[in-house]
Amino acid sequence: MKRSSVLILAPLLGLGLCALSGCSSMGAKPWQRAALSRPDMQVDADAVQAGLDDHIYFSKEASSGGRGFGGGGCGCN
Amino acid sequence: MLKRLTALLLGVLIVPALAAAATPKPVPVDEALKPYAGKIVYVDFWASWCTPCAESFPWLNTLQTKFGPKLVVVGVNVDESDTASARFLKHHPAGFDVIRDAQGKIAEHYNIPGMPTSLILDEQGRVLHVHSGFLPERINEYEAAIRAALNHQGDSK
Repeated sequence: MKRSSVLILAPLLGLGLCALSGCSSMGAKPWQRAALSRPDMQVDADAVQAGLDDHIYFSKEASSGGRGFGGGGCGCN
Repeated sequence: MLKRLTALLLGVLIVPALAAAATPKPVPVDEALKPYAGKIVYVDFWASWCTPCAESFPWLNTLQTKFGPKLVVVGVNVDESDTASARFLKHHPAGFDVIRDAQGKIAEHYNIPGMPTSLILDEQGRVLHVHSGFLPERINEYEAAIRAALNHQGDSK
């Protein structure tokens, strides 16, 4: 390879490799969970929505029950 | 063409490095707890969004009188919002010093495992004891750890 090509390609390759580590430090640290603790951030924040979601899920699964939620109650399809 | 690209690449690499060098360094974490050196320090990391913290405050307020001047209780508040922190303190007054750590630097330094976390530090600032969470049933355990730390005082290490 030409020396000038290597000179431009090697740093580019280096930068590219660094970009591969982009998502390597995911998740909130314990002291950063302020937003996660909000009531509207809970998975079952809205009981009606949770019930509807479960109805759809169990319909698609062609099975019922197995999950507790604040909506229709266990076993409802 | 290649020369221009190389120059651009070098610029992209150098400018952030210069910026980092020019940024004023944050105050070292040790500075925050320096005023308490020479005593056994009970450091409690708390936040307004942490329910067990609200439960622990009445007990924390009793520690200073219970264990005397050799112990100092310090609360480190990791709330990012000053308003949230002030509102919490209005409802749960703290009878101990509170250090604001909105950036989470002190929490990161001690790599706390959860919220709330309490550390017991010796006179030189070394960690003697860590516990996470607060349960009223376990108050005896927490107080035993404090007593053990106070008894270690004076041990030459």
